[in-house]
Amino acid sequence: MSEHGPEKGIKRWLFTTNHKDIGTLYLWFSFIMLLVGGAMAMVIRAELMYPGMQVVNPNFFNMMTTMHGLIMVFGAIMPATVGMANWLIPMMIGAPDMAMPRMNNWSFWILPFAATMLVLPMFMGGDFLAGQGPAFGWTFYEPLSGQYDNLAFFIFAVHLLGISSIMGSINIIATILNLRAPGMTLMKMPMFVWTWLITAFLLIAVMPVLAGAVTMMLTDKYFGTSFFDAAGGGDPVLFQHVFWFFGHPEVYIMILPAFGIVSQIIPTFARKKLFGYSSMVYATAAIAFLSFIVWAHHMYTVGMPVAGELYFMYATVMIAVPTAVKVFNWTATMWRGAMTFETPMLWAVAFVFLFTIGGFTGLMLGVAPSDFQYHDTYFVVAHFHYVLVTGALFALIGGVYYWLPKWTGNMYDEKLGKLHFWLSVISVNVLFFPQHFVGLAGMQRRVPDYAVQFADWNFWSSIGGFVFGLSQLLFMYIVIKTIKGGEKASDKVWDNPEGLEWTVPSPAPYHTFETAPEIK
Amino acid sequence: MTHAQGGYYLPSPSHWPLVGSIGLFLTTFGFALNPNDPTFLMYIGLAIIAYMMFGWFGTVIRESEGGLYNDQVDRSYRWGMMWFIFSEVMFFAAFFGALFYARQLALPWLNGEGNNAMTNEILYNGFQAVWPTDANGPANVGGDYKIIEAWGIPALNTLILLSSGVTVTWAHWGLKKGNRGQLILGLLATVILGFTFVGFQAYEYIHAYTEMNLTLGSGIYGSTFFMLTGFHGLHVTIGAIMLTVMLLRSMKGHFTADNHFAFEAAAWYWHFVDVVWLGLFIFVYWL
Ligand code: HEM
Ligand SMILES: [Cu+2]
Repeated sequence: MSEHGPEKGIKRWLFTTNHKDIGTLYLWFSFIMLLVGGAMAMVIRAELMYPGMQVVNPNFFNMMTTMHGLIMVFGAIMPATVGMANWLIPMMIGAPDMAMPRMNNWSFWILPFAATMLVLPMFMGGDFLAGQGPAFGWTFYEPLSGQYDNLAFFIFAVHLLGISSIMGSINIIATILNLRAPGMTLMKMPMFVWTWLITAFLLIAVMPVLAGAVTMMLTDKYFGTSFFDAAGGGDPVLFQHVFWFFGHPEVYIMILPAFGIVSQIIPTFARKKLFGYSSMVYATAAIAFLSFIVWAHHMYTVGMPVAGELYFMYATVMIAVPTAVKVFNWTATMWRGAMTFETPMLWAVAFVFLFTIGGFTGLMLGVAPSDFQYHDTYFVVAHFHYVLVTGALFALIGGVYYWLPKWTGNMYDEKLGKLHFWLSVISVNVLFFPQHFVGLAGMQRRVPDYAVQFADWNFWSSIGGFVFGLSQLLFMYIVIKTIKGGEKASDKVWDNPEGLEWTVPSPAPYHTFETAPEIK
Repeated sequence: MTHAQGGYYLPSPSHWPLVGSIGLFLTTFGFALNPNDPTFLMYIGLAIIAYMMFGWFGTVIRESEGGLYNDQVDRSYRWGMMWFIFSEVMFFAAFFGALFYARQLALPWLNGEGNNAMTNEILYNGFQAVWPTDANGPANVGGDYKIIEAWGIPALNTLILLSSGVTVTWAHWGLKKGNRGQLILGLLATVILGFTFVGFQAYEYIHAYTEMNLTLGSGIYGSTFFMLTGFHGLHVTIGAIMLTVMLLRSMKGHFTADNHFAFEAAAWYWHFVDVVWLGLFIFVYWL
């Protein structure tokens, strides 16, 4: 019956209202973006492998760092987490689909157009290698970004991304609040669902503020306003405030779903219940709340009244408390568990270790007087790559391995999965750990050349980068191989996993839970 | 066919979202090609978006009138509308934030407050931060201008919007009592008041541009003034169009006493623009 199976051909993907199809679209889109953004990172590392200028010109280099950051944040990590939400939330709460399936389709299908708007200007100046695309950093500070010719493309790309995120989040909130199976009380929801509920709230709260920021950029550049221009009574620093009011919650938007994924994986392979479930929920909510009141820790060196510096410093380091609650809970879950280390668990354990390193460097940066030393150096770059790559991305990859058998009905190749893990975890540390050293020694970020004293560590960092980049092609191979075939997965897949998604067949049928399951 | 299964309602595949995306793309692409003189692509894009809205909302209305929706769908739409309005609140918050920042921090700093004495002394000697007259900045960007007084048209507009909030509530009471005449009359009054507001606003803008030299280019005062009132005016227009659709639907006999969420959504939205206006009246025009 056509009503129960997917449509045929391309129409299935263009017009679909099915959460699993849409989840798949999101995940593939984000993977393609990961490869595009990754290719740009390879250019950056190639240039930085040796001191001096050898591969690209400085403007092109700046364009690469800018586009790399934007594509990874808005194209890779965020859509990947939404893809996970689409696939998993309805299955986890016992719902047949998302609350608003047509809008769900729209949230996705805006993305390819937004990405087009974002990358198009790179090719519009005529001479690609001259680097005529956005080259003002992923934080697009005014007044630098205001100098750029094709700014409107960038601005509208951000608008489109915002529309997509807001609709996606509204859908997720409505689904979680309204479509839970009878008996699935809020405090029985899987952690992944909780983290996404809170993430969706953050998105709805801050994406409009970002839209406001770029709208002011638009009118400043094209319609004569003076929001960010001191000559007209405005202030470029205002831009930074508005941007970071979005920007800091944004980093939690990327990490909270990752927290959720890790909180699903670890109990399964430790064969214990998640330790301190309710404290996890409260910690997540606390992190979300604090994320709204700490934004100016990105602006310590910009010039703020001392009272401001102190306030933002104390508020920032307070985030360490709920974050530590989570880390301790994961550790306590593993404590005396009957642990095994299948691929998803390896990624999750690596996440706990490496994310924590990023958390510690965050603390160092959060202390205003020390941030005066670290700001705009590679130390910051190391910090946010530990939280985003070995944090958010590692959790997402682990999540793909964990649920792939449920999605496809086939087991992935465990040997290759482990190989992928070990290649990645070693190379990523070779890539990012030395950046702490050169950063502390004073190497600035966003500069294509550097003093020869930094040469050794940069060389190793580049080697690590190339290996890490190539390893992800292995990931693609493993995923495609699993989709095509492999050992059949059982319905439970793992030993004794918790959650409704493991009660349905593998692969999960096109429509799950057309009648609500009973939750005990 | 759309189908309800096991108590759940699931819409079938739809081409409207993709049409909407293409519309959005052409609109923004056509605009971005030349922001000061948008290309025809933008207008095509806008037309496609309008077409999508007719088609998509038309489908939803047919499904709703066809009795396909149950309480659960109704609740989903309620959550959806609430969070959408919250996102709009945050959008305005960005511009209100810019206004407060400029008035409370940026201008006093340019005036030498805090540790900025040298900024004023050397960069902007003689600049005095008085809101609003000197507020087009040290460079007197855009030249001297006059401001729109709160107790003229803006006060009248406040009255108009507040009354429209009353009339829409009165219409709602009518609907709940099953009094269609009251519903239609109330909505009609609301729509008329809404468009009157927009008309006054347009008159005020023309006046500002042609006679008072108050423009988007009048420094930070003009920037915040037009950005806030402009986006608000746009939202009033959207809200008035929504209410017009509700009026037409009421006249066609849509809605029942206990099933009329579309009407309520439009009314919520209307109250939201109402409240934003109060903020504008107080902080933009009055204080
Ligand atoms: C323990 C919690 C954290 C603290 C205290 C913290 C603190 C900081 C501080 C103070 C900075 C500014 C450094 C500077 O520019 O001088 C910073 C930068 C950054 N952080 Fe964190 N952070 C934390 C967690 C995270 C997490 C979880 C993420 C993302 C998943 C993240 C992503 C970033 C990013 C992307 C930047 C760089 C922004 C830029 O390009 O300038 N941080 N962090
Ligand atoms: Cu931050």
